[in-house]
Amino acid sequence: MSVLELRGLNKSFGGVHAVRDVGFAIGKGEFLAMIGPNGAGKSTCFNMINGQLAPDSGEILCEGRNIAGLAPRDIWRLGVGRTFQVAATFGSMTVVENVQMALISHARETYRLWRPASSHHRARALELLAQVGMEDVAFRPSRELAYGDVKRVELAIALANDPKLLLMDEPTAGMGTSERHGLIELVKRLVVERGISVLFTEHSMDVVFAFADRIIVLARGRLIADGDAATIRDNEQVREVYFGTGKTFALSASQGAKA
Amino acid sequence: MTLDAFLFQVLNGLSSASGLFLIAAGLSLIFGVTRIVNLAHGSLYMLGTYIAYTFATKIGGVTGFWGGIVATALIVGALGAAIEFVLLRRIYRAPELFQLLATFALVLVINDFALWLWGPADLLGPRAPGFRGAVEILGRRLPSYDLFLIVIGPLVLLALHLTLTRTRFGRLIRAATQDREMVGALGVNQAVLFTSVFALGAALAGLGGALQIAREPANLATDLIALGDAFVVVVVGGMGSIPGAYLAAVIIAEVKALCIGIGTVDFGFVTINFSKFTLVAEFLVMAIVLIARPYGLLGKAQGAVRSIAEPEEPIRPATPLLKAFGVAVLAVLVCLPLLAQSSPYVLVLGIDVLIAVIFAASLHFIMGPGGMHSFGHAAYFGLGAYGAALLVKWLAWPMGAALIAAPLLALAGALLFGWFAVRLSGVYLAMLTLAFAQIVWAAVFQWEGFTGGSNGVIGVWPPPPFDKSWVYFLLTLVLAVAAVLLLRRFLFAPFGYAMRAGRDSPLRAEAIGIDVKRVHWLGFAMAGLVCGVAGGLFAFAKGSISPETIHINRSIDGLVMVLLGGVQTLTGPIAGASMFALLQDTVMRQTEYWRALMGAIILLLVLTFPQGIVGAFASLWRKVGGRT
Amino acid sequence: MKPTRHMLALATALACAFAAPAFAQDTIKIGELNSYKAQPAFLEPYKRGMELALEEVNGKGGVLGKKLELIIRDDGANPGEAVRVAEELVTREGVVMLTGTFLSNIGLAVTNFAGQKKVFFLASEPLTDKITWADGNKYTYRLRASTYMQTAMLMPAAIAANAKRWAIVYPNYEYGQSAAATFKDMLKKAQPGAEIVTEQAPPIGKVDAGAVAQAIDDAKPDAIFNVLFGADLTKFVREGNTRGVFKNRTVVSLLSGEPEYLDPLGEETPVGWIATGYPWDKIKTPEHVAFLTAYQKKFNDYPRLGSIVGYTTIKSIAAGIAKANSTDTEKLVEAFKGLSVSSPFGTFSYRASDHQATMGAYVGKLALEKGKGTMTDIKYIDGASVLPNDADTKKLRPAAD
Repeated sequence: MSVLELRGLNKSFGGVHAVRDVGFAIGKGEFLAMIGPNGAGKSTCFNMINGQLAPDSGEILCEGRNIAGLAPRDIWRLGVGRTFQVAATFGSMTVVENVQMALISHARETYRLWRPASSHHRARALELLAQVGMEDVAFRPSRELAYGDVKRVELAIALANDPKLLLMDEPTAGMGTSERHGLIELVKRLVVERGISVLFTEHSMDVVFAFADRIIVLARGRLIADGDAATIRDNEQVREVYFGTGKTFALSASQGAKA
Repeated sequence: MTLDAFLFQVLNGLSSASGLFLIAAGLSLIFGVTRIVNLAHGSLYMLGTYIAYTFATKIGGVTGFWGGIVATALIVGALGAAIEFVLLRRIYRAPELFQLLATFALVLVINDFALWLWGPADLLGPRAPGFRGAVEILGRRLPSYDLFLIVIGPLVLLALHLTLTRTRFGRLIRAATQDREMVGALGVNQAVLFTSVFALGAALAGLGGALQIAREPANLATDLIALGDAFVVVVVGGMGSIPGAYLAAVIIAEVKALCIGIGTVDFGFVTINFSKFTLVAEFLVMAIVLIARPYGLLGKAQGAVRSIAEPEEPIRPATPLLKAFGVAVLAVLVCLPLLAQSSPYVLVLGIDVLIAVIFAASLHFIMGPGGMHSFGHAAYFGLGAYGAALLVKWLAWPMGAALIAAPLLALAGALLFGWFAVRLSGVYLAMLTLAFAQIVWAAVFQWEGFTGGSNGVIGVWPPPPFDKSWVYFLLTLVLAVAAVLLLRRFLFAPFGYAMRAGRDSPLRAEAIGIDVKRVHWLGFAMAGLVCGVAGGLFAFAKGSISPETIHINRSIDGLVMVLLGGVQTLTGPIAGASMFALLQDTVMRQTEYWRALMGAIILLLVLTFPQGIVGAFASLWRKVGGRT
Repeated sequence: MKPTRHMLALATALACAFAAPAFAQDTIKIGELNSYKAQPAFLEPYKRGMELALEEVNGKGGVLGKKLELIIRDDGANPGEAVRVAEELVTREGVVMLTGTFLSNIGLAVTNFAGQKKVFFLASEPLTDKITWADGNKYTYRLRASTYMQTAMLMPAAIAANAKRWAIVYPNYEYGQSAAATFKDMLKKAQPGAEIVTEQAPPIGKVDAGAVAQAIDDAKPDAIFNVLFGADLTKFVREGNTRGVFKNRTVVSLLSGEPEYLDPLGEETPVGWIATGYPWDKIKTPEHVAFLTAYQKKFNDYPRLGSIVGYTTIKSIAAGIAKANSTDTEKLVEAFKGLSVSSPFGTFSYRASDHQATMGAYVGKLALEKGKGTMTDIKYIDGASVLPNDADTKKLRPAAD
């Protein structure tokens, strides 16, 4: 059974058909990239999977269970973690408390009123931070972190509920090349260790082609291609729709990264 | 009511609507762009009535009246610009809502200023030259000035609409209303934009006031009345929406006019005097609109405003040294009855201070860590106080039982109102809580037979031994310490963290499985419960309660206490409440113009400690390298 | 930061509040609390009236050989605040008695406080009947003619109008409600055929004057009973005048002849209304002329009704203490029973049965002279003449004595 499977997903806003009849699946441990030009429907698709939007029609199956229309927090409880395009942490908490919060929620201890939160799951939180290389800043306020570090902390938070699937929206947005590769390498290593599947959107083609096991391409709300890096690279339709004609992929990729 | 009478009341409603619209339009503009809740808006309106009166009577004639109205708008506009430039600009980096404190201080200062300059008597202006009489419509006489107002409202609406849509200034205002950061990104001088918007908003308030002098006297109570009306209209219409403000003004004015027109109706089994409903009509409209359309009739959801304030520090438990210190101070408080034998008033004041501490701490619980700015916290104080008093009055419950039951009533109220309130955020939540509080207030005020109406309930005195102030002081102290420590405990526990998580980033909190609304709802309920304790204690401390216990002034006092102490610290509300209660006691005793003095002191504190008093000390402490 | 610091701050502040003032023994301290900021139009002249009386009393050597000292406080127009201020006056300032208050709910809260703490309280201005009747107690007396009395003073004129259809308009709080209830009650007894055709109860301070005036006009009453005052009255009168609501109708109105409410009307003054009030320029009794002269000399201004109330409050207190020959609370309570006081309105007394003063009020017709409102056909109605007899009074005062 696939970890995640989309079937005939549709979503319109007013008269605009943002996602049309999209369907694909992610296997266990698969590292799947979703790409497409701006307005292709990536974010809409993503937000339907994580529960922020309800689809007009179609199914989103998580290990066979239809999660379409569930609230984000319920989807998370089913083992779907996520990171945000614009990093979101709890600014008034320290780094380790951010991770602890996720662990507390995972253990269903949110409504406890007595024992201090800081004594809940601290060791586990520090361990997760160590895995993303952030143990040194564990006791700093999270809002003081550099942008790249926040992304790593988000990763630790996302791993707190032992997810089966990780949704990453533009994980490397706003990063330099080496930082970008560093982060994705880290993600890849952690998910491979744990057998987690990943669905991510990404503008930087270098990252996509270097790391993705498989790539799906959206354009104007439709899925137009699905395959490994080589297949996508050679797909005429992708080249046409996504990049226009007559340009090399490498050049376009770097433009994409700047966008 | 005949059809003619009905139609005529519709005309009356339209002329009142114009008045309401003019007060509200400026407030809406200012809030839309600067996000400042300008409590002084009603004061600017009041100044408009006084200044226009002065022109109309000192110069007189057509020039004095009509020229005076234009001049008044300009003068009040200039004053608005000055307020923004001199005062508010200095505190934009303070925590959210802190500017509210400064504008609250201005309300106090401006009111005393008007008293000093124009004296205590109401001043009725002359009738408007050219519009002295009435015109015959539907067999009734409508003042021609009402017709003029019916026309002027839409005209001002049109002028504002054209300014907002056809000019660069207007486009900037609209852009800033939707996304403040974007305007900065466009390279617009935000400071100039804010000053000019403040000037325009103030000028509209001044104009609104000036136009009323032909209908009502300049009066020292109009500032708060106008403010209340303006808030309702702005919220119902949608913050920042000028057409929305007009639409809301029309709806509210018409509802009131029709209530009055219907008058007393005998339904056979019950007789209802609808004219009494004008008191609560506007707040009912507001609550219904906010529940059905959370952003008002024509308002749009606004992007979250990224605060430019200094962010909040992580909370840390007390160090052993400070804990010991706390115990020592507590010991002093416990011994206070012994120390105060020669001056029992210290205990009376102490009881008031401790009740204020519970009140402020409970408000801070949702306002700080929960990020829910309740403008109606008095509702839960009032429910607690009335709960206790009515149990004593009707069921002759003993004090102990009443003090336990009172908070439960407050809890029930908080559960009910909170369920709706947490669905909103920011200023809409603030306004819905305000609407609920006003509905509770109106119900208490109106329900003569049960609540004692405007006179309230008297004779709620504690039985022996609590009738001795030192015993009651100790009881209050125990409950206050318990309330403060318990709330603090909750804040350090997972629940408190979840509340802050939901405030810091609702998106992230939901994405890690936290039901933010539910957490905030329960937080709201807990705050209501604790606040109810303060209310119950208050009833027995004073021996009586009246609708003032629930009035909006008490809610504002609570906000002032929390902000004064520092909303971002856990101990801020304690310091703020103590300080406010003591200040009030001292200032009210000291001077004839105590309101102005109070305002001046708050202004001074606002400018000196833009993070609140405790907040300022905490930052200083960090700067010198100390650990908190 | 820890709570500890604030506890310290609190303790320090409390300690400061502590510094109890020395109890001066050469004066008799009277504690006065009132809503000075909320009701300045009435209370500033009231304060002047007190000052004048104080000057007169102390100029003659004071009472019991000591000078009267007035300690004035603002009650914040809030009963909770008022009770704290009352405690402060009693425990910190050591006053021998309390006086003052304007608003009914504050008057009642302080009345109740006085009963509980056994402090003598002379309520000067609040009108609610409850202060002397339903919630009256041994320690509380009241100077000003109550709502019931004011309404009763107007009844002869109302009945003389012989109107079939009445409209009533009153501010929707206790004062307005009980005035309206008393009026309806008395009207029914005197003139069973009369009908109330509309009853308008706008919120105090927020009357939609146009709509209210129109609703009254639409009900086609023969006569109107008005209880609105202050800014509400001003708005209502202008709208009513412009719309012709008062034309050919008898209007009977509470308090509208008091300068506090009449003066702002100016040229708008509704001529012919029958009202209770204080026509200071028309009262030629020797007592009043003496008061008027002294007042105008001291303040270079004319007195309002507040001045009379303030002045008479202090005169009552001086007379009471002199009669008691003591400042002891129980003795004061006894002394005020039947205490006779001479005032600008003539001599009146405090009834032993319900602790209500019999000081009356003037009833007359509103008139316009030189662009200013005044009263004509004035008549002083003695308070005693409109109060129920002692036996009936006893039934109205269940809890007292």
